Amino acid sequence: MSATDFEQQLVAQRGYLMRFARLQLRNDAWAEDAVSETLLAALAKPQAFEGRSQLKTWLVGILKHKIIDTLRQRQREVLLDSGSEDDSFDPLEHMAFKADGHFAQRPSDWGNPEQDLNSRQFMAVLDACNEKLPPMQARLFLMREWLELSSDEICKELGLTATNLYVQLHRARLRLRECLELNWFASR
Amino acid sequence: MNPLLRKFPLMRSCKEVTALVVAQEDRALPATERVALRVHMAMCKACPVFERQMLTMRNAMKQWRSYASGD
Repeated sequence: MSATDFEQQLVAQRGYLMRFARLQLRNDAWAEDAVSETLLAALAKPQAFEGRSQLKTWLVGILKHKIIDTLRQRQREVLLDSGSEDDSFDPLEHMAFKADGHFAQRPSDWGNPEQDLNSRQFMAVLDACNEKLPPMQARLFLMREWLELSSDEICKELGLTATNLYVQLHRARLRLRECLELNWFASR
Repeated sequence: MNPLLRKFPLMRSCKEVTALVVAQEDRALPATERVALRVHMAMCKACPVFERQMLTMRNAMKQWRSYASGD
């Protein structure tokens, strides 16, 4: 493979990398930087790719490291909420509980949708639901789910207390649940 | 729930159990909470349905992760 072929193949992956960098960082300028640094790092050591089957997988691996660096460097801004009501809203208070804390209505049975979960349409809904999370919640949630950091690691990287992290993840998970319920499971 | 039952230390409401089921995704629960959760699940018809929704979400995020990691 010639140097220019390799360059072209790298550039072709830019759009894919940008999508996930944007989703995780919720800041276009940071995402641009992380992706550019990823492509530069890949260009600088093409030999590191030799023998690997998937260019995309290799690049995403590099991107994830660059993104963790960005999150660490920008921790103050990463943890800034947008100040909208959405940020402090607890979806648990929105669920159908009676005054004594018991379900007023049984949650709906989502069945056993293994086939569904693999489908393109479901991935599109899941993407859209991730995008709809408020920025800080989305960053923390995707640090767990995409970057696969433990709660302890996230607290350490961002200088965040465990209690704060758990509150945000609780909200993000319940929000995502509600979004999937409305946009996928209730409309099947 | 009968207010008298609330006196038992392992009794939890559905709302409390729902929060525990969500919390489990990100942290290990203390032993008392784990037992309280199982006790509630054994007597409740609604909470196990919610727990299955969380399991489905876990599987969904696993699929999404591999799609978002170039696999």
